[in-house]
Amino acid sequence: MTTTVKTSPVRRLWQRLPVVHQLRQSVGLQRGMLVAGLVLTGFFLILAIFAPVIAPYSYNQLRGPDGLFGAQNPPSAEHWFGTTVGGYDVLSRVVWGAQTALLVIIIAVVLSIFLGVLLGLVSGYLGGWLDRVLVVIADAIYAFPTLLLAIVAAIAISGGQSSLWGGVLAAAISITVVFIPQYFRVIRSETIRVKSEAFVESAMVIGASTPRVMFRHVFRNSTRTLPLIFTLNASEAILTLAGLGFLGFGIEPTAAAEWGYDLNKSISDVTSGIWWTSVFPGLAIVLVVMGITLIGESLNDLADPRLRARRRAGAGETPADAVAATQPAARIEVGEVE
Amino acid sequence: MTTSDVAPTSVDEPPPALARRRPRKGGSLGRYLLVRFLLIFPTIFILVTLVFVFMRATGDPITAALGGRLPAAELAQRIHEAGYDRPIIVQYLEYLGQLFTGNFGTTITDNQPVVDILLRYGAATAELVFYSLIVAFVVGIPGGMLAAALRDRWPDAISRVTAILWYATPVFFAGLLLKLVFAVWLGVLPVSGRASVRTEIALRRGDSTGFYTIDAIKSGNPAYLADVLQHAVLPGIALGLLTAGIFLRLVRTNLIGTLSMPYVDAARSRGVSEFRLVRKHAYKPALIPIITVIGLQIALLLGGAVLTETTFEWEGLGFQLAHYLEARDFVAVQGIVALLAVIVALTNFVVDIIAALIDPRVRY
Repeated sequence: MTTTVKTSPVRRLWQRLPVVHQLRQSVGLQRGMLVAGLVLTGFFLILAIFAPVIAPYSYNQLRGPDGLFGAQNPPSAEHWFGTTVGGYDVLSRVVWGAQTALLVIIIAVVLSIFLGVLLGLVSGYLGGWLDRVLVVIADAIYAFPTLLLAIVAAIAISGGQSSLWGGVLAAAISITVVFIPQYFRVIRSETIRVKSEAFVESAMVIGASTPRVMFRHVFRNSTRTLPLIFTLNASEAILTLAGLGFLGFGIEPTAAAEWGYDLNKSISDVTSGIWWTSVFPGLAIVLVVMGITLIGESLNDLADPRLRARRRAGAGETPADAVAATQPAARIEVGEVE
Repeated sequence: MTTSDVAPTSVDEPPPALARRRPRKGGSLGRYLLVRFLLIFPTIFILVTLVFVFMRATGDPITAALGGRLPAAELAQRIHEAGYDRPIIVQYLEYLGQLFTGNFGTTITDNQPVVDILLRYGAATAELVFYSLIVAFVVGIPGGMLAAALRDRWPDAISRVTAILWYATPVFFAGLLLKLVFAVWLGVLPVSGRASVRTEIALRRGDSTGFYTIDAIKSGNPAYLADVLQHAVLPGIALGLLTAGIFLRLVRTNLIGTLSMPYVDAARSRGVSEFRLVRKHAYKPALIPIITVIGLQIALLLGGAVLTETTFEWEGLGFQLAHYLEARDFVAVQGIVALLAVIVALTNFVVDIIAALIDPRVRY
């Protein structure tokens, strides 16, 4: 075996990471979309993490060295994106808004993956009446407008308005309620598929306990679609957060910056021709969601052999690259047919 | 003939396990419909329960709506009168009983039955959803077909990026932009509302159906109809493009899947052009999953309608919902949301029936 190591494509850990792997696998337009998505998402990640350094003012700052900023000032040298009706600096609120969005996404997605995967695993593996009840509940929630459900959850959690952490948590938990059924459905169906495989049976024969089989053998093999749902949900989480903010369930402007809330405050500005208060926060939402969706869309196409663009023969790649590119395709195709 | 013979024997034959699960011929449709129909009830029950638990988890709705505005004693008296100081389980059972008789509660802030709100404003929302579905179909389905036919070439790239762009644009931001450009800067379309004041007064007279388009046609005055349609353009486009993007992606993915089927390959080998393949051979089978998805889109459209209506001050259910949210009238919110749950469950049922009638494979 040791002699074949040199020729067989042994991929290093970082090459097997979800996104890196797909990036190497992609070609042409698909690679372009994936790269564009990564660049956009990366840009906003940097904005979010370094908001205190990048933003010229604080999100709730009303006055600079020369006194108050003033309300609804058009873009100028001091305020590149102008000021809002409340007298805040639009640019600063757009930058800080990235941080709020990132916090909400992380909390919402981590919570819903944790709960959704757990429920899906238990439901799919154990089956029986518990499974049926959970499926009916998940289907009922899944069919309901996500925004309305998030509104109801937001009322329950915070009664509407609150501070930075209160507001972020309320928004995140509301979004979690909406997303759990999605993870649940995916993991459950994967669990049912994996459950009937020979290695699960052999584990049971050896005498492994039910939790051990569930978490070690079934779980490890039923998570292949998670990165894809993660990206889809992250973009939906931003849209839901913005929708909540737009309907007045946002976070108070003094507690944090939130794009949807700023857009709500700009409705009347638009009617009088003041464009900068709505266009910039809106563009921020569009670009983030687009970045994440581009990644998700590319991952989706790359995971589906029918949709994946094939590398043309003789594209000037090294043989090792070519093998690395074809290998996963073959594996997935076998997996799909089995 | 040959194409249909080839298809099932090659790649797409289901594994034996699946084939065995297929229902025998005849009788299965009726049973399927019955099961789907019976599933409506648990669905509505679960949603209504969920909404009730969430809304009451924080406390009684009277304190939420009027707290701070009334003296404590009067507040307590009103809570007692409305029965909100009883055990939560009693209130829950009473609520379920009321729902069963079609009573969705009475709003706290302006004392109106929720059902009346639905009857008064439901038509406006239905009208908005109707126009946006037209936009979605007209833009999304041909766009998806084009993208699939010219796969991985520049029209495909453009249409896909556009579809993602539409998906990424929150419907209220799209609405604000449209308003800014067409209503404020160009001034060619009205800024907000369902009709101008004069038209509204004229249409509200007599036997109004609530659907302004129908009322305007009935009135026989082309000026009214033009006014109503002009007001519907921007909201319809804003909400429609959101759905159009989803349709486009779906049609494209499904068509590409269908285009790689053996029967399409067979047709292609006989020299059928790529456009004809899409239009005549692959189009219809690829549409079936879309019908199923439309059911889920109705839910999305209703959610989007809330935001679109707020943006355009379109006085429908969503606008009212946002209004009651702002007033913290949670009985009204609970009632409207519960009503929407019923509507969504019924729509999904109808869509399931249509899908089952069109595609026998759906009846499991």
